[in-house]
Amino acid sequence: MAVNIQMSIRKNMLFVRLKGELDQAVTEKLKIRISEVIDKYEIKYLIFNFENLNFMDSSGVGFIIGRYSELKRKNGKIIVCSMNRLIERIFNLSGLKKICGVASTEKEAEKMLEVA
Amino acid sequence: MYNEIKTSFLAKIENVMLARTIGVGFLMGLDLQLNFINEVKTVISEAVTNAIVHGCLSNENKFVQMNLSYDAVNIYIEVIDNGIGIEDVEKAKEPLFSTKVEEERAGLGFTIMDVFTDRLDVESKVNEGTRVLMVKKYSE
Repeated sequence: MAVNIQMSIRKNMLFVRLKGELDQAVTEKLKIRISEVIDKYEIKYLIFNFENLNFMDSSGVGFIIGRYSELKRKNGKIIVCSMNRLIERIFNLSGLKKICGVASTEKEAEKMLEVA
Repeated sequence: MYNEIKTSFLAKIENVMLARTIGVGFLMGLDLQLNFINEVKTVISEAVTNAIVHGCLSNENKFVQMNLSYDAVNIYIEVIDNGIGIEDVEKAKEPLFSTKVEEERAGLGFTIMDVFTDRLDVESKVNEGTRVLMVKKYSE
């Protein structure tokens, strides 16, 4: 795969760290892996760390919207942190900011969830 | 100055990454900013993904063509498929319009192509295919 995924869990939070390039070729496999963990560990909050994600196109937007719908049913939330400039532009263009929180680090994302 | 390449590859979704890589390689000699290259990469990804997923319906026996060129001022990106075509191009260009909602597609492809380039032309004929031409200025 053009993308590597690393996941860790804390309480009801799932941290997903992606490395590489996120496009249509990989979204389906990622979706299956993440959804499995969300179900199994009763995850409510998803924190995407894009620090090492070099590239994302609109397939990535669709993928994030999909996870949002999944968590919305449980009153959950998505926060994305450490985006590069290109991904942030796609984020702004797509209106993803309306449904996802944005943080600069995982720590900051965690804090946002604790306050909420 | 003028340079041009013509490529053709099977409509396999793995080839989207190949198309992006070809694009970056082709432009290497032009001394462009990283941000600019990333925009080109993104529009190639959008156009080729559309050609494969929507045009060819991921029929892996079909070919997608990508032709790239540049002159002293512009970069030209042409993506052609012989797929099902688009019934209503204007509607397809609308943000958030997608014929594949159940597959988690954002319907943003044309919007991104439009915003990240200086010109976007889409010609399509039902059952014949689609040709997308994007022009992006890199020099005054």
